[in-house]
Amino acid sequence: MSTLGVLAVAGLLTFGTRLSFIVLEGRVETPPLFVRALRFVPAAVLSALILPDLFAKGGVLRLDPHNPRLWAGAVAALVAFRTRNVLLTIAVGMASLWLLQYLLAA
Amino acid sequence: MTAPSSTFTRRHEFLSGCRDELPILLGVAPFGMIYGLLALGAGLSPGTAQAMSAIVFAGAAQVVIAQLVHEGSPGLVVVLTVFVVNLRHALYSASVAPYLRRLKAPFKGLLAYLLTDEAYAVAITRYLRDGDRTAVSPHRHWYYLGAGLTLWACWQVTTAVGIFLGARLPENWSLDFTLPLTFIALVVPALKDRASGAAAASAGVVALAALGLPYRLGLIAAALTGVGVGLGVEGRS
Repeated sequence: MSTLGVLAVAGLLTFGTRLSFIVLEGRVETPPLFVRALRFVPAAVLSALILPDLFAKGGVLRLDPHNPRLWAGAVAALVAFRTRNVLLTIAVGMASLWLLQYLLAA
Repeated sequence: MTAPSSTFTRRHEFLSGCRDELPILLGVAPFGMIYGLLALGAGLSPGTAQAMSAIVFAGAAQVVIAQLVHEGSPGLVVVLTVFVVNLRHALYSASVAPYLRRLKAPFKGLLAYLLTDEAYAVAITRYLRDGDRTAVSPHRHWYYLGAGLTLWACWQVTTAVGIFLGARLPENWSLDFTLPLTFIALVVPALKDRASGAAAASAGVVALAALGLPYRLGLIAAALTGVGVGLGVEGRS
C-alpha cells in the first residue's frame, strides 16, 4: 500500500468507528459484553500511550528519580484528579517539567 | 436555570460551543505543531502530513502512523494499530448517539467526523449538564458542531504551522510533552472505579514491558490486556 492508500484506509476506519453507534442507535442490539469491554478502551489505550512518554525515552526505560517527565506527569495527574480542569493540568504539567529540567540541569 | 428562548438559537449554541472549546486548545495547539514536526521528521511530505490531519483527524493516531511509516511498517500493521488506538471513539459514538437520534444523516456524518477526544469531552459535558431538564435547547447539536469545528480548525492550522516551522521550534521547550499531558487530563477523571483503574494500570505496564517490540505492537497488546483486566476485575466485584 502507498502511504496515501494507508491514510485513506486509516481515515475511513476512524470515521467508521466514530459513526458506528451514532448510526446504529436504536436499530441494532449491541452485545452486552462488547459494550462492557468498550468502557475500558479509553483507560487502556490512553494509559498505554501516556506511560511510555513518562517512563521511557527513545525506547529505553527510565525509572530513575532524575527523570523530569515522570515527576511532571505525576504532578499533572494529581491536578487532573483534584480539579478535572484540562487547562490547569496542561499548564501545571508544562511548568513542572520546565522547572524540573532547569533544576536537574543545574 | 430558565434561559429565555432567545439563548436557544442555532447561532448562540454554535458560538457557545466554540467558546467552551477554547481552553482545551491550549493543549491541542502545541500538539498539532508537534505532529507537523514529527510527520516531516518521519519522512512524510508536507502535503501528505497536512492531508493526514484532514483525512484521519486523530492526533494520537497520526503521531503513531508517522512513527510506523518511518519504521517502514507493513500497511496492515499501521491500519490495525490505528483501529486499536481509535477504538475509544466507538465509546464516544455510543455515548453521544442518543442525543443525535433525530438528526438527518449528513449532520450525523459531520458530527461523527468531528468526534475527537477533545470535542467529545466538551459536547458530552453540555449534554450531561442539561440532565433531565425539560427545557433543553432543540439546537444543542449546533453547540457540538461549534466545539468540533473549533477544534478542527485549530488542528489544521497548527499542523500547517508545525510543518512550516519545521525544525525551528526549540527542542528544549519540550512541547511534545503536551501530548501526554492532554491525555492525562482526559483519562484521570475517567478512572472512577477499581476496574477502570486496573485496566489503565495493566495496559500501562504491558506498554512499558513491550517497548522493545517492533512496529509499536506493544500498543495493541497493552490495549487488549487492559480491556481484559478491566472486564475481569469488574466481573469479580
